[in-house]
Amino acid sequence: MTSQVSSPAEQTDAALVAEQRASGNGGEGKEVRRLDRVIIRFAGDSGDGMQLTGDRFTSETASFGNDLSTLPNFPAEIRAPAGTLPGVSSFQLHFADHDILTPGDAPNVLVAMNPAALKANLADVPRGAEIIVNTDEFTKRPMAKVGYATSPLEDGSLAAYNVHPVPLTTLTIEALKDFGLSRKEAERSKNMFALGLLSWMYHRPTEGTEKFLRAKFAKKPDIAEANVTAFRAGWNFGETTEDFAVSYEVAPATKAFPTGTYRNISGNLALSYGLIAASKQADLPLYLGSYPITPASDILHELSKHKNFGVRTFQAEDEIAGIGAALGAAFGGALAVTTTSGPGVALKSETIGLAVSLELPLLVVDIQRGGPSTGLPTKTEQADLLQAMFGRNGEAPVPIVAPKTPADCFDAALDAARIALTYRTPVFLLSDGYLANGSEPWRIPDIDELPDLRVQFASGPNHQLADGTEVFWPYKRDEQTLARPWAVPGTPGLEHRIGGIEKQDGTGNISYDPANHDFMVRTRQAKIDGIEVPDIEVDDPADEDGQGAGTLVLGWGSTYGPITAAVRRVRGAGERIAQVHLRHLNPLPRNLGEVLARYDKVIVPEMNLGQLATLLRAKYLVDARSHTQVSGMPFKAEQLAEVFKEAIND
Amino acid sequence: MTETISESSSQIEALSLVPKADAKQSMKDFKSDQEVRWCPGCGDYAVLAAVQGFMPELGLAKENIVFVSGIGCSSRFPYYMNTYGMHSIHGRAPAIATGLASSRRDLSVWVVTGDGDALSIGGNHLIHALRRNVNLKILLFNNRIYGLTKGQYSPTSEVGKITKSTPMGSLDAPFNPVSLALGAEASFVARTVDSDRKHLTSVLREAAAHPGTALVEIYQNCNIFNDGAFEVLKDKEKAEEAVIRLEHGQPIRFGAPAPDGLGSKGVVRDPATGDLKVIDVEEEGTGGVLVHDAHSPSPTTAFALSRLADPDTLHHTPIGVLRSVDRPVYDTLMSDQLDEAIEQKGKGDLATLLTGNDTWTVVG
Repeated sequence: MTSQVSSPAEQTDAALVAEQRASGNGGEGKEVRRLDRVIIRFAGDSGDGMQLTGDRFTSETASFGNDLSTLPNFPAEIRAPAGTLPGVSSFQLHFADHDILTPGDAPNVLVAMNPAALKANLADVPRGAEIIVNTDEFTKRPMAKVGYATSPLEDGSLAAYNVHPVPLTTLTIEALKDFGLSRKEAERSKNMFALGLLSWMYHRPTEGTEKFLRAKFAKKPDIAEANVTAFRAGWNFGETTEDFAVSYEVAPATKAFPTGTYRNISGNLALSYGLIAASKQADLPLYLGSYPITPASDILHELSKHKNFGVRTFQAEDEIAGIGAALGAAFGGALAVTTTSGPGVALKSETIGLAVSLELPLLVVDIQRGGPSTGLPTKTEQADLLQAMFGRNGEAPVPIVAPKTPADCFDAALDAARIALTYRTPVFLLSDGYLANGSEPWRIPDIDELPDLRVQFASGPNHQLADGTEVFWPYKRDEQTLARPWAVPGTPGLEHRIGGIEKQDGTGNISYDPANHDFMVRTRQAKIDGIEVPDIEVDDPADEDGQGAGTLVLGWGSTYGPITAAVRRVRGAGERIAQVHLRHLNPLPRNLGEVLARYDKVIVPEMNLGQLATLLRAKYLVDARSHTQVSGMPFKAEQLAEVFKEAIND
Repeated sequence: MTETISESSSQIEALSLVPKADAKQSMKDFKSDQEVRWCPGCGDYAVLAAVQGFMPELGLAKENIVFVSGIGCSSRFPYYMNTYGMHSIHGRAPAIATGLASSRRDLSVWVVTGDGDALSIGGNHLIHALRRNVNLKILLFNNRIYGLTKGQYSPTSEVGKITKSTPMGSLDAPFNPVSLALGAEASFVARTVDSDRKHLTSVLREAAAHPGTALVEIYQNCNIFNDGAFEVLKDKEKAEEAVIRLEHGQPIRFGAPAPDGLGSKGVVRDPATGDLKVIDVEEEGTGGVLVHDAHSPSPTTAFALSRLADPDTLHHTPIGVLRSVDRPVYDTLMSDQLDEAIEQKGKGDLATLLTGNDTWTVVG
């Protein structure tokens, strides 16, 4: 997502559907129609390979040069009972010839691999949209499983849609009859048949997928060829059958992107790369202590693949040991990280408090998911903000950094590392399920552009006693940053003991002195409050009279995409609205209070029950209006646009 | 199972990456400037003195030695050692030490913990550290009571213990730390007693030389809340009958001396059950007496030995090294994987990583 670039005011997704259906066919052969953007949703059973299908379509689209944004949506169960509503897995992809910000509110093409997928997704599909259904699955039992008494393909209930009935299973089996596969084996390639069909419909390049399939099934060449054959058969079916009269072109989004080399990247991958880059830029070995938890595990998986970067990954016995080991490695001079989600943060809280007291650098990566408790493991939410902010005993301030888009997870990881290393403190990196699994194009940075994160370990005495003796004081602070020296074991003469008991200022020795405790609590707070974070810049384009907006929308984290898309729509409709988006939630940017005071109305959309709004009200006495959604799904741009318009005209 | 190796080669592997001290060290080099604040008469003083006295023998650069502790009386230990140290949070020392030891193989990392710290709140970390065989030396001070919280029963207290939290007696059966460690795949397990400086030092020596996790249970007297808990093992007369001193390669004999100079009691295998039992060698002869094999690949006999002790009376308590076997060390394996990855893929190049395989270029 290339937010820097100006973009046409976005139209609603429903309007897109009309565009796709607009007639204008003339001449021989199949018509090719140009579109500026498309939203496709692949939906099927958990075992149908919808995530893979979506990933492949995304890769094809990325290599074609469209801007894109994705929303994988899947159940927590690995294989929920086949054909049931809870077992439906889907993948939505929005791609365009200009820069876009969200995976789209509503698909204009739904691929439904079975009755459950149709039923679970139909409510999101605007009338007039195209629906491609696998008719082979619309038999009595699968339909009965989801409560269809009559076939929706025949009873007229889909009359408002442009339905393409395709016997995907039969066609796939037919295409693979020479492979000598069992029916069951052949059937499994039906997702590739569907991918081939959609690739034809939208003129996607196919080489990448064929290469991918041959690599994925390198050890089973016949399965690889079967999948390639199914994929090609899907393409050819589109080209041949009369049911698909039109195909669509969405031109590359060349103008939307600054010059550079691009790739597609998901939030968890970008975050992993950010951590490796931070380790490289700090010239410190990366140490990850982690315990598997959805949706954070992919970072553990990814980092464990890069041992040749000197990355140590430790899969601990529990969440507490994950962060404990990371803290131990930090004491030893590593760039230490622990990755988790909300329930894991709860378990790590005591160790985060210890890290606050020890004043050692430590990254705590929280890929937020729906809560409380186990909640919704595979769905997104932003409800750990106050846990990150306050979820410890005592006064234990921790800086918080939040990425705003999948690709931004890379920069956010570097920024969190900067703060941790400079100020010798644990830092929260608050991503979420939507960023973690969603993907978008990313301009690959030049290594030379990356910040220098090198640190200086303590190497000798830093204090002179009254009698002239040179000593090392582990809690003697840097006057500028208030950071204490990082003296790692192995450094002669700096042997020292640190712990969770209150320490005497300077010496770090145990101290129960009341005045000292008061001083230390305030000093630790002052250190975090004094962290350098950039001022926020308000996006508030003045109108012809030089007049700015009266209403400000303020967000944080992954709501950036939908909020910005909604702001564009509101502006497109002729209204004025200002926007700011926070990356640093603790400390907040110094100019934030002044910015908030400039506006009559401040709207704060969040995927929680108003946690940031609570903080803003407390800190700035501002009447922040909270707009909240906790459905486990990201905001839809159109709904937000309505909320903003209402607020403006309120 | 791996084969056992001699102690001398273990020593080389366990400590070979830790730099040596430039000059000869003395006990006072290891004393910090902090006032020791245990209760007068506490068994912890003896252990501290033994550790400080033994450290110079290792001859390691003291800046490469780290003591990590949890919470409890014994966990104040690191403050008194003039090395690097961390007094962490309750039960988590093995986890923290694992991160340190697995990222810094040039350090000699020691964990100091107690029966509550290691076996209650931190039980999970203890067993997993043992299973992994990280290069850690764990000193478990067992006083069979909670001292710092002023006298509640602990997971090693005998059943029926009357304490502030159990006025009618505790209900739960205790852990035998040695049995627990053996069950957790420990490669080195030993037991010693705070008051026996010589034995304590000899056990520490073997633990230090062991590559991997070494667990040393130290029976330690809390003279305030559980005074005399180990008296039976310390009183000269009673100890003769109560303590089974294990020495590798020696027959397991104890008790008042028999005519051959060794103890009049011996440990034999009961042919009927396969279990171990204590016999009077003067009545039954010495033929069946087991010779202690700390290096036996199977932990079965060590476990059976650990079960001889009566949890209430402590009669037939084995002390010494119950098990010491060579097993792959976690931090070595972790480090080897890094080397192997570099060998296979070359040293990581950030630009190549970020670029990946599927890119497209936008020209202005």
